[in-house]
Amino acid sequence: MSKFKKKKSNELPPVSTASLPDIVFMLLFFFMVVTVLRDDNLLVQNILPKADQVEKLKKDRSVYIYAGKPSSRFVEKYGSEPKIQIGDNYTDITNIKFALTEARQKLRPELQDKVMVALKVDEKTNTGMVTDIKQELRDLNMLKIIYITTPGNEINE
Amino acid sequence: MARRATPEVNAGSMADIAFLLLIFFLVTTTIEKDKGIARQLPPKEPPTDEQVKIKEKNLFIVNVNRSDQLLVEEKLMELKDLREAAIAFLDNGGAASGTAEYCNYCKGKRNPESSDNPDKAVISVQNDRLTSYKMYIAVQNELVAAYNFLRDRESQRLYGWKFTEMTKTMDEGSFKGNEEDITSKLETIQKMFPQKLSEAEPKKSGQ
Repeated sequence: MSKFKKKKSNELPPVSTASLPDIVFMLLFFFMVVTVLRDDNLLVQNILPKADQVEKLKKDRSVYIYAGKPSSRFVEKYGSEPKIQIGDNYTDITNIKFALTEARQKLRPELQDKVMVALKVDEKTNTGMVTDIKQELRDLNMLKIIYITTPGNEINE
Repeated sequence: MARRATPEVNAGSMADIAFLLLIFFLVTTTIEKDKGIARQLPPKEPPTDEQVKIKEKNLFIVNVNRSDQLLVEEKLMELKDLREAAIAFLDNGGAASGTAEYCNYCKGKRNPESSDNPDKAVISVQNDRLTSYKMYIAVQNELVAAYNFLRDRESQRLYGWKFTEMTKTMDEGSFKGNEEDITSKLETIQKMFPQKLSEAEPKKSGQ
């Protein structure tokens, strides 16, 4: 009968790490799904204003416009006056139409008519600059805009 | 015949490789979080001689000056009171009962000096070019909040759900049931309180 008796050891068996790769892969896939690649390199300061009555942006049909003061590392080169950024470059207000048309062509063809312009403007910028951008957008007939904000409310501050 | 067992591949470094990939993705990507206030710009049209007449009582003028102060209907106002004031104006329903313009769902004061009905009521925002963008968004946010409050109230009364919550579930695509029915109901609510926000050309400072 002693043939079937297992040898008893008093040591604890080591914790198996065989499933560790699976766990890490699961995490990896989770992050790959919920995140997107950072596509624009920010050249301007971008602290967005707060709002709570918001809608979600449809990312596949949007063109981004950034505006604000140049980032601290560019202040020496470009001064501290607010600037507009489209794609990876600073754009002048007169040049905005060209830059936007170019950005629109990068979208999927069937969505180019439904393009939405996402304005990411620093909260310290003047409204005048935003108005200028909006006038240009009206000229281009890109009428759907969305002011990107961060969650919160100015009153409760 | 001697059977040689194939040696097992050492999978011990698999975890390290996966961690490396994970950290790479964590660094180069951002979590999607872009939300904001959507607006439709008016299309560019050649100027016409025809002038749209809006009665003064149907117009709610919000003026923001260069030092971010609010002037609402020619009275100085704090930002926190703006939402209440806008709701009172939109919900007023001043047209006399029996007329075509009478608003039967308004719960306001029915002051004949204020707006006739929500369909006629227009909110006009005037900015200075030097108004800060932060203030501009805060004002827009309060005005949208006023509309959302009234739309929520009516949809709660008629259908038993909130307008803003329903639009959110529809946007996410997580709604299960008769979508056409809900869409038409949402449109009904939108028609009851149409968002009529007008934006004047900003004045140059000092004008």
